[in-house]
Amino acid sequence: MNMDNAFKTFLIECEELLQDMEDRLMAVEESGLDEDSINSIFRDVHTIKGSAGLFGLDGIVSFTHVLESALDRVRSGEIGLNDSLTSLMLSCKDHISVLVSSIEGETLILSEENVENGEKLVAQLKVYLNDLKDADDGNAPEQEANLVEARFNVVILPGESVANDNWHISVHFDADVLRNGMDPLSILRYLNTIGRIENIVTLFDRMPAAAEMDPEACYLGYEINFHSDVDKLTIENAFEFIKEDCRLHIIPPCGRIEEFLEVIDGLSEELKLGEILIACGTLTERELEQILSHQSQAEENRRKLGEIVVEDQLAHPEVVEAALVKQSSIKKSKDKITQTVRVDAEKLDYLINLIGELVIAGAGVETEVRGSGIASLRESALTLTRLIEDVRDGALYLRMVQIGETFHRFQRVVRDVSKELGKSIDLEIAGGETELDKSVVEKISDPLMHLVRNAIDHGIESPSERSAKGKSENGKLTLYAYHESGSIVIEVTDDGRGLDKQKLYAKALEKNIIEKGGELSDQQIFQLIFEPGFSTAEQVSNISGRGVGMDVVRRNIESLRGSIEIDSESGSGTTVRIRLPLTLAIIDGFMMGVGDSSYVVPLDIVEECIELTDSHVSRNEGGNYINLRGEVLPFIRLRDHFHEKGEVGKRENIVVVKYGVQKAGFVVDRLMGEFQTVIKPMGALFEHIKGISGSTILGSGEVALILDTPALITKAMDQEMAFVANDLKLVSSN
Amino acid sequence: MQAESTQSNHNHVVAPHEMTIYSAVENKDVLMKHLASEGDLEIDLSEISELDSTGLQLLILLKREAKLKNKAISFVGHNEVVLEVFELFNIASFFGDPMLISSAAKKGDKK
Repeated sequence: MNMDNAFKTFLIECEELLQDMEDRLMAVEESGLDEDSINSIFRDVHTIKGSAGLFGLDGIVSFTHVLESALDRVRSGEIGLNDSLTSLMLSCKDHISVLVSSIEGETLILSEENVENGEKLVAQLKVYLNDLKDADDGNAPEQEANLVEARFNVVILPGESVANDNWHISVHFDADVLRNGMDPLSILRYLNTIGRIENIVTLFDRMPAAAEMDPEACYLGYEINFHSDVDKLTIENAFEFIKEDCRLHIIPPCGRIEEFLEVIDGLSEELKLGEILIACGTLTERELEQILSHQSQAEENRRKLGEIVVEDQLAHPEVVEAALVKQSSIKKSKDKITQTVRVDAEKLDYLINLIGELVIAGAGVETEVRGSGIASLRESALTLTRLIEDVRDGALYLRMVQIGETFHRFQRVVRDVSKELGKSIDLEIAGGETELDKSVVEKISDPLMHLVRNAIDHGIESPSERSAKGKSENGKLTLYAYHESGSIVIEVTDDGRGLDKQKLYAKALEKNIIEKGGELSDQQIFQLIFEPGFSTAEQVSNISGRGVGMDVVRRNIESLRGSIEIDSESGSGTTVRIRLPLTLAIIDGFMMGVGDSSYVVPLDIVEECIELTDSHVSRNEGGNYINLRGEVLPFIRLRDHFHEKGEVGKRENIVVVKYGVQKAGFVVDRLMGEFQTVIKPMGALFEHIKGISGSTILGSGEVALILDTPALITKAMDQEMAFVANDLKLVSSN
Repeated sequence: MQAESTQSNHNHVVAPHEMTIYSAVENKDVLMKHLASEGDLEIDLSEISELDSTGLQLLILLKREAKLKNKAISFVGHNEVVLEVFELFNIASFFGDPMLISSAAKKGDKK
């Protein structure tokens, strides 16, 4: 529908305008006001107001109107733009962001907190507009009226939510469900494929006495505590076929208390539902009390707000729920310098998929052609392959975005947090042109945010502390990104207090995370801060309750198949280094043959290939390592690791690979050379197999497995350590 | 105490193969008849090859009615099919019977 597209455009535009507004306000803060900036800021707000008006979003129109008036005064020189006004405007920008993200149809759905905040900002803006009353008499009362009216477009929710991290699904089936051919069993089984039912309480109080019980009727209901990463729509779709035959409530993680009210209200049975929800793990006792006390309050609240709102709340509970789940917004930023074309991400994925198929087909052609022996045909096939490679690279390149954009967004964060904590911090960005895949950038943003906050909060000391230590008063925070042997590395460095190894060790002992007397390397001690027990209890409020602790950061990085390490020097500072694989859908691979199977590793981590001769083997007395020009190179025999049964080749070869600073070797039978690899993901069933990160289809139709190099290298190193440790034991026991 | 009859007051009832909606009405009749009989009831679940929600409801009904009448009832021989449904519905504690999980019947499907 046209309106949908127009609305999507509106959202994207708003985001860009707000970002521009923020950038300019921060620039003004740094270097003072200039005509160009204030005009742009004014235009940004004016445009947002106009567009919002087109969609009937009065709540936004009225707020931006007040802001616009204030900006007009600055523009005309009647008032100056000092620091406090700039800060106020930045807060207004944030509020507009909140308003935009709370749009649901023609309504804005806000929490009480947000409404109050909005009113506060308007009041503050009005202080600057006070003299305006004489000049623009008509407008003032109108503005008031607008604000009041706007309220009726606003649904206000009680602010509290419950702590539970999982979805709560309440579904009670009508009697005819089974007769209509559906069975709750199959739905529950399906749910387990899109997530995990942590806990379930089956209710059957509706079952009448034996005489009246109709064996073909359904008397069952379920309260389910469900863990899943899918979105609400996906969960709802699980119940699509029985929508008419059941009462369904899906409450998102950390659901609002209001929603539980509905579940409780909606059931006619005399059940201790509250206790069931507690047994389910969805609520705590305290939360239940809150809900029950809200029950009476909610009645009153509904009467206070206008009729529209009452109808809205009762008739469209989905609206209320939907508002709470809203987290996503389309992330794109305007490139002011170069020309850009807006492309639907889906279209891009479709294209890349096609190219993947093209690569496989091309490989098939090559295989056939090689067999045919016709020289001219070989030439053409080669040209074809080369072109396919280029197209492939081009398409994948489309998905790459510069990490500089993400880094840049942190300017605001650093500014805000430093102000909040009374610290003075300079943010340095290097390697912003480093590119990575769009999806990786999106997922790395949150963990990076957390690390930056940590650095500012716990790393960098207050100005007075710093001068006392002889450091510069301004702390320095550096974000640095670069490519290294097939991965992208992102470093967050601060020149603050650094990590105190003794303290960490002691704390870990205290929390029983490690045992006494254990020897830990520096790296291992630093890694302790990723243990859940180490998360700081006090979360600064701006983290917006995402429950992000260092352990979650690590998990997020690991889910991107990356790794995270820490370097620190007490007193000087800390560097957190994140390493991420450049996992693109199609990579240049190097194929190796072991027995009857083929395995692939990314080409850029392959350093060299050596023949494994008898002299290599005999020299190390059975240990899995060789002497590579003076270096110890641990290796894994892929044949043994994957239990291959095929024939052993006459010669074995070692493929030397490098991941980060670690090197290892894979012993294989045959070296099969470069191979364009279209990565096909492993099914859920195979997710936990260590050492395999995907599969691919060869030109012949066979399947080759893609090795998870970091996992295998770690294993090789561990084996080697164990072997050496054994050796030492033998030596020392003599 | 008299050991009255050579047949102990212990009724071993084998639950039917198919406990689905198709045979629900029949099954209810049969099971209710057993419920009305004298003595303890032992319901053997090992022959069940198909169990849907109607089947489960009948088992629940049995248990509940027995409790109401103060009649002793136990369920034994939980096989794979039964175990899967019980686990999915988390209903084992309602029945309270010990369930022997043989290594063949184990479904360790939790991720």
